[in-house]
Amino acid sequence: MLKFFHRMASPKYFYQFAGKLIPWLGVACLGFMLAGLYDGLLVAPTDYQQGDSYRIMFVHVPAAWMSLFIYMVMATAGAIGLIWHIKLAEVMAISSAHVGASFTFLALVTGSIWGKPMWGAWWVWDARLTSELILLFLYLGVIALYNAVEDKRTAARATSILALVGVVNIPIIHYSVEWWNTLHQGPTVTKFDAPSIDLRMLIPLLLMAVAFKLFYAVVVLMRARCEILQRERNSGWVKELVRASS
Amino acid sequence: MTTANLSQAFMILLRRDLTLAYRRRSEMINPLLFFVLVTALFPLGIGADPTLLREVGPGIIWVAALLAALLSLDMIFRSDFDDGSLEQLLLSPHPLSILMIAKVFAHWLITGLPLLVVAPLLGVLLDLPGAAIRTLLVTLALGTPVLSLIGTIGVALTVGLRKGGMILSLLVLPLYIPVLIFAANAVATSGAGLPVEAHLSLLTALLVLAVSLSPAATAAALRISLS
Repeated sequence: MLKFFHRMASPKYFYQFAGKLIPWLGVACLGFMLAGLYDGLLVAPTDYQQGDSYRIMFVHVPAAWMSLFIYMVMATAGAIGLIWHIKLAEVMAISSAHVGASFTFLALVTGSIWGKPMWGAWWVWDARLTSELILLFLYLGVIALYNAVEDKRTAARATSILALVGVVNIPIIHYSVEWWNTLHQGPTVTKFDAPSIDLRMLIPLLLMAVAFKLFYAVVVLMRARCEILQRERNSGWVKELVRASS
Repeated sequence: MTTANLSQAFMILLRRDLTLAYRRRSEMINPLLFFVLVTALFPLGIGADPTLLREVGPGIIWVAALLAALLSLDMIFRSDFDDGSLEQLLLSPHPLSILMIAKVFAHWLITGLPLLVVAPLLGVLLDLPGAAIRTLLVTLALGTPVLSLIGTIGVALTVGLRKGGMILSLLVLPLYIPVLIFAANAVATSGAGLPVEAHLSLLTALLVLAVSLSPAATAAALRISLS
């Protein structure tokens, strides 16, 4: 097992292994997503209060879950890269940033579309929305820093530090925003209780969550492969790969 | 040759930075002018109704302080980076994170402390009650060091970049949000005549957290930026 991890840390083996893994993960992702969408859009019962418009939840909630999850993955990978100088961890961290920013954006957009019929406004300064928006800014900061630094090795290490600083700050920001909101204007938005969700709605939600996780795995592996090729473009095995394909 | 011990090195660095700043006094004025000017723009933009100003005043002053702190951040490493003394600092046998506290402290004395001096004036301009102005001073005293400490991490990450300024604001401003929330709320709350101990405790907690964690992050970031 340890040997497996050791070999995976080598960019060449990782490149080949990821290449083999991507189709399988992709098929699984497609399966889960189709099942989740079918179950969510056609099978799950209509909500007694929100009608059919609640069904955007099956995209919105998994996307919001992913936005935080990916930030944690990014920071963890960044820490591993900083501590043990594993190049692959740096690659994974920076490849996650773009996907994470996309999911955060998706969560904000779907939330906004959901909010319009439910709350009557595209945007309210609700605590959760606000912290999601700040999370998007944190992601964009990471990406901007990575793009600004010329040397990609340095850039990856710098963004890892930024991601770690962000991770320390996320709970602080989250609670301060929540506190700010409750102090300022009281609950203008009545939230429905999360745990009282119907089982027939929960199943498609979980299916979609699994599908999103798999989607993230596929995209992050694809991005990591590109990143590895770019970084290792002067090494022997990449040149051989190029020669073989041309 | 004798080498300075840690506390001597700390004091030497602090004195050096203060001396350098003192010799370029005009640069110190600019963030202050900015602070006053931005605050003065708001009544022009939203109207000079005293009740309105009293309501939005704390937020305006704190946002302006945030931006002034952001603008002055670049000064902390710029000249050291240009003349190479930053690299010398990295080679020092003393722990870099402690030296970073000296740098940040000097920077705060130069740029953060003056904000406290003009803040009461701005409070009067925006028609804040006396209690709110007192709270404003306390929050500035507690909050601006946090801004300096967090911001220095961002500067350390971007110091080697040619166009670091824009990116710096993108990196740092989201991290400033908790300070803004607690501080501006404290001022508004005390303006309404309510107790603000909770806000001040939280701000103090942020300060303690920033003092203990951010120098290490700054040191690590500097080592990466200058590698």
